[in-house]
Amino acid sequence: MSDLAMNTAMNASAGSSIDPSARYYVKEHHPKNGSSLGFWIYLMSDCLIFACLFATYAVIGRNYAGGPTGAEIFDLNLVAINTAFLLLSSITYGVAMVGMQNRKLNTTLLWLGITGVLGLAFLAVEIYEFWHFISIGATPQRSGFLTAFFALVGTHGLHVFFGIIWLVVLLFQLKKHGLIVENRRRVMCLSMFWHFLDVIWIGVFTFVYLMGVLP
Amino acid sequence: MSAYHNNSHDSHGNHDHHDDDEVHVSMRDYTIGFVLAVVLTVIPFALVMGGLIESSLTTALVILGLGAVQMVVHMVYFLHMNSKSEGGWTMLALMFTLILVVITLVGSIWVMYHLNTNMMPGMNHEAIESIQQLK
Repeated sequence: MSDLAMNTAMNASAGSSIDPSARYYVKEHHPKNGSSLGFWIYLMSDCLIFACLFATYAVIGRNYAGGPTGAEIFDLNLVAINTAFLLLSSITYGVAMVGMQNRKLNTTLLWLGITGVLGLAFLAVEIYEFWHFISIGATPQRSGFLTAFFALVGTHGLHVFFGIIWLVVLLFQLKKHGLIVENRRRVMCLSMFWHFLDVIWIGVFTFVYLMGVLP
Repeated sequence: MSAYHNNSHDSHGNHDHHDDDEVHVSMRDYTIGFVLAVVLTVIPFALVMGGLIESSLTTALVILGLGAVQMVVHMVYFLHMNSKSEGGWTMLALMFTLILVVITLVGSIWVMYHLNTNMMPGMNHEAIESIQQLK
């Protein structure tokens, strides 16, 4: 690091025409929103993971092996409550984003906190649902349908779990450093992650739950 | 800590990042998106839980369509997707990903369509039920 700084200093004093090493210095251009594009690429790769899990569910989602079917075990009331939690958390994150844009730290913290609580509520209901399935013998190893179900919905839940951890860490960082440029970038990336999980959930409740209970 | 600051200053070249590093968001967009999302969520749930359409196939097609529309709504109003952000690179990445997703989904379903054709009837849920009813 110090070598680099010295070199830069020497370049500046010696002038580029004398020092031949100067021509190898590439002034790195940081693209606008570079991290936002990079994070988008990550989300797209994550999207492919979910595409594979959805494809698996599409192929073996009706292989019940004599076990319970979706229509028998899914409780749409729970799914509706969970969907409401995620939808509400999307708008509360939106309020936090607007608060951040207006440079209001407390508004941002408050609404990010509410978003986190809604995420926790979603996870609590999902864990209860999984626990209930397992307690009645509908475990992942029971049938192809249940394997695909737990893999797909579980992976989504795991993403929400890590999103909440990220959110809590971010709350501490915001509390400590305020709305500095790095924190604003982090809040924006998490917002993309959070809304992306919401988009995946649309696929889950439509394709797995609602279509699963259709006669 | 100092390296942290140096980095952010050197790489950007200026100290004021307010306009070039952030997407502009508005409460109006989020509200429109939220209202649309609620409507597009309530309709499929009502269709399935209330059994409003007789045919399962029609219901399935309708809720799949509504789900696709809702995904677009979320993309536009919550993820601020448009063809101009990042000089069009996010849109390009999205298009590429969507093509891969379609190949993965359609390809899997197509290739595996006859997966159960040669299975023993004993592995079939309906067959087991009909046998149990015979007893």
